[in-house]
Amino acid sequence: MAFEPKIIGFLCNWCSYTGADLAGVSRIKSAPNVRVIRTMCSGRIDPAFVLKAFQLGADGVIVMGCHLGDCHYQEGNYKTIRRIPFLKRLIQGFGIDPRRLRLEWVSASEGDRFAQVVNEMTEEVRRIGPLSLLVHRDVQRSVLHQ
Amino acid sequence: MGKPTLALYWAASCGGCEIAVLDLHARILDVAEAFDIVFWPVALDFKYDDVRAREDHSIDLCLFNGSIRNSENAEIAHLLRAKAKTLVAFGSCALEGGIPGLANLTTKQDIWRYVYEESPSTVKQNGGVFPQTHSSMPEGAIEIPEMWDTVKSLDQVIEVDYFVPGCPPQPERIWEVIEHIVSGRPLPPKGSVLGAGEKTCCDECPRERKEKKLKKFYRPFEIVPDPNLCLLDQGMVCMGPATRDGCGALCTKANMACRGCYGPPPHVTDQGAKMVSALSSVIDAHDPQEIENILDQIADPMGTFYRFSLAHSILRRVEKP
Repeated sequence: MAFEPKIIGFLCNWCSYTGADLAGVSRIKSAPNVRVIRTMCSGRIDPAFVLKAFQLGADGVIVMGCHLGDCHYQEGNYKTIRRIPFLKRLIQGFGIDPRRLRLEWVSASEGDRFAQVVNEMTEEVRRIGPLSLLVHRDVQRSVLHQ
Repeated sequence: MGKPTLALYWAASCGGCEIAVLDLHARILDVAEAFDIVFWPVALDFKYDDVRAREDHSIDLCLFNGSIRNSENAEIAHLLRAKAKTLVAFGSCALEGGIPGLANLTTKQDIWRYVYEESPSTVKQNGGVFPQTHSSMPEGAIEIPEMWDTVKSLDQVIEVDYFVPGCPPQPERIWEVIEHIVSGRPLPPKGSVLGAGEKTCCDECPRERKEKKLKKFYRPFEIVPDPNLCLLDQGMVCMGPATRDGCGALCTKANMACRGCYGPPPHVTDQGAKMVSALSSVIDAHDPQEIENILDQIADPMGTFYRFSLAHSILRRVEKP
């Protein structure tokens, strides 16, 4: 069976989630590989959420937030713009290709842009291939154990 | 009724936790008074067979320090779990892998290749000589434990009742824990952390904190920090914000940044992720290139953020292709 990437998308409530909604109601076709989790702000995304996604089997993680200057909470996305590059370094330290983590700004009116970054990310992760971590085996075992 | 029984064991550890127990000084006699010590390899001459000969659940308290690095560590962990009523993961290594857990940055093969072939002090032999778990000689065969590829924390191998953090746990905290258990007062729910606080190291640190805006990070040798101001404010990578309190902020009181030995505070699963979050919030830059330049100044984030907790972090080890 061909490899279908599993991608977790953390979308800020005010811009990107609404942008994704717009893509839906506008019937714009996009890859179905991104599983969306809504957060109140891209600044709410604890780096541990991203690591947890990789631990539980995500092949990629995409974080979407309001464009700089548009944050509903003034400066949440300014935290994100520093956090994601830092986190990319950290996952690289763990031996994970940093391209598996991506930060994009998508506003509420950019349904087409949402579809575009989802398609780009899906194709990129498809090229990189599935993510296999030793921790997957351990965690699966402990889940079965429970 | 006889005295309650106590066992102490060291797995993959440096022995510092044992010294921390001895650092109780004269009160160690109170421990000996309160408990019948039935197993303590570092101090008393008991053998594994003495433990095997005991009935299950016949050891009232076991303080287990050290991470699980080889098959012997795991075997004794399972043995003590069977024999002990209450088993405590004692110290950073048992709790979260500790310093030995940094071996998860590499692989067993790479470590062996360096130690037995490439290191400058190794006398090269044909093809190198590597440890074997089984060796046969004319006099007979011997078995030695097998080193694991991945270092594990104690709770990844057996069920643990309580956790006492620290590298090493501070004697005052150890005393509190022992006193608590001896007094017979009800213990907190299973799985709790004993002998430490519920906040972060920053709450214990006496330094003055101001608003943090950082454009430059310093390594310890690059700066003589002001003894009264927050070390993070001064650009030192201090693990205080991502570390549980309980030690009394010993390092920062000595003008040294917190290294994070008390592990993550309550409700935090990953110290490294929390440090990424904390430092990202205080970096004073909006320009992507400037941010990258500032991040370049943070030397060895893996070794710094996960100095004690790599084996117990969310991803546990580095993947090698």
